[in-house]
Amino acid sequence: MVNYQTYRRWTDRTMVFLCGTAAFLAGIPLVSLLLYVLVQGFRRLDWTFLTSLPTPVGVSGGGMANAILGTITLVLIASCVGLPIGIFAGIYLSEYGKKNRFAWMVRFTADVLSGVPSIVTGIVAYTLIVKPMHNFSALAGGVALGFMMIPITTRTTEELVKMVPHSIREASWALGISQWRTILSIVVRTAKNGILTGVLLSIARIAGETAPLLFTAFNNQFWPKGINEPTASLTVQVFTYAISPFKDWQDQAWTGALVLLLLVLSINLSAKFFFKNSRSLLR
Amino acid sequence: MSLSLDATTDGRAEKALPFFSKLAHAGVGDWLFRKLTAFFAFLILFLACLTAFTLWKASVPSIHKMGWSFLTSSDWDPVQEIFGSVPFVYGTLVSSFLALLIATPFGLGISLFLTELAPMKMREPVAFMVETLAAIPSVVYGLWGIFLLAPFMRVHVDPILIKTGLPIFKGPSTGLSLFTAGVILSIMILPTITAISREVFEAVPNAYRESAKALGATNWETIQLAVMKPSKVGILGAVMLALGRALGETMTVTMVIGNTPQVTTNLLAAGHSMASVIANEFSEAVGDIHVAALAEIGLLLMVITLILNVAAHLLVWLTTSKFQR
Repeated sequence: MVNYQTYRRWTDRTMVFLCGTAAFLAGIPLVSLLLYVLVQGFRRLDWTFLTSLPTPVGVSGGGMANAILGTITLVLIASCVGLPIGIFAGIYLSEYGKKNRFAWMVRFTADVLSGVPSIVTGIVAYTLIVKPMHNFSALAGGVALGFMMIPITTRTTEELVKMVPHSIREASWALGISQWRTILSIVVRTAKNGILTGVLLSIARIAGETAPLLFTAFNNQFWPKGINEPTASLTVQVFTYAISPFKDWQDQAWTGALVLLLLVLSINLSAKFFFKNSRSLLR
Repeated sequence: MSLSLDATTDGRAEKALPFFSKLAHAGVGDWLFRKLTAFFAFLILFLACLTAFTLWKASVPSIHKMGWSFLTSSDWDPVQEIFGSVPFVYGTLVSSFLALLIATPFGLGISLFLTELAPMKMREPVAFMVETLAAIPSVVYGLWGIFLLAPFMRVHVDPILIKTGLPIFKGPSTGLSLFTAGVILSIMILPTITAISREVFEAVPNAYRESAKALGATNWETIQLAVMKPSKVGILGAVMLALGRALGETMTVTMVIGNTPQVTTNLLAAGHSMASVIANEFSEAVGDIHVAALAEIGLLLMVITLILNVAAHLLVWLTTSKFQR
């Protein structure tokens, strides 16, 4: 009997220890990756890198200015496609979709769509836009990213608009304000910071995407002349340089990765900040 | 009792009224706004159909030319226009299952630590750490994989594995292998497993835990009986969602798997994956059939992830809603 008690106690201790170790071990790749990107990337990070065009192999200097601009352009196009659909669909699901089969289907489809591999979305955008227009373009890349944004924004908007207490709606109706005005000027206003959180999170997610851009926005070594032109992006540029055999390009890939990481992580952090704000408002 | 305007606009008596007076009664604005938002919600269904239809249409030439042999042949020769998907499906499955094998115990351990064991002060930093892992772009993981993880595997890990003499580990290794791809994928899907199983564990009512503790169970026994057992189905859902992530991951895998279309039981050999062959060949495909064959691989990939996702979401919903009632 005593033996069994010791066995139980030691199993307990071992398993609890293992769970803690798992959490600790997961930190190792994270710290290694962040440190390595920071150290390697910092060597080339200067004003030239952020403001000049890429140079051919062997020519010193050069940077990723066009790629940074390209990423911003792509995110803007994606936002124009993805945000209106995502936010309004989210409002529908939260305000009208409590017990209704159509809403259930939309919710489920959005969940499933967010699991579709991004490279598949790239093929879709290629077939729909690049092929009929006969050239790679920022437009196609932006639309591919926009498609990816829709399900993410929908679900986060729904969750966050739902957090607005029902009593606020009732108070507004009691004042004789119609339902749609209530939703737009009272509910959405209250959930403003929450919705912004969702928007920022989805932007952070798509800004780091490479796969759907490879054959939609493609790449470009020069300043883009418009959204109908192939466009460089930070992610594709980092990929191209990373698999190149040239030391100088590989160094630039690290610096590009550092810039990308700073961009994505800072968007994520500000999303977190807005989320905290939104929660304190709702309480 | 809550006042719901839906009750007045959807009530049965309203249906008898003619269309325009119904509008006047409910307010044109309300009617319009509801339809407008419903239209945007409908666009999501439309997008899903559009995705499926476009992919199918793009792959028709290859489906006609190759037929079923696309699924059974392991030859991939764009010049002769012979396309078989077996090496890619194999590489995707092997690297993803390897990733699951590594990430599942870690992910469950971390989420148990977060929900049941850790002191309150530690929960937030650990959760933040896992979320940060999820936020890192895949191309950055790939870069880290090429220059740090792959050499590390070649020098330190692979020789030990080769020494075990197991037939699945045969040298010499270059570091760029199915195994390395599995390891890096496991890091990338860890946040998915952790986040979803955490959601499931948190849905377990506290009364379960209290009952187990009252019977004299230790921490671990409480976890086994009161937390893991009732959320079995949800854990399965979490694992399947993570598998879906791993199957579709493109850039990281392309950068470390070695991109060699071969079927081999040696995990330290180079392989290829469905997503990476699309990434590598699509923009410079040599002919219409080649493009269509790559699209068909995309279609295949989507069908697999679709089935996984549908099943996984159903499982997670089943478990979390079971506790809510």
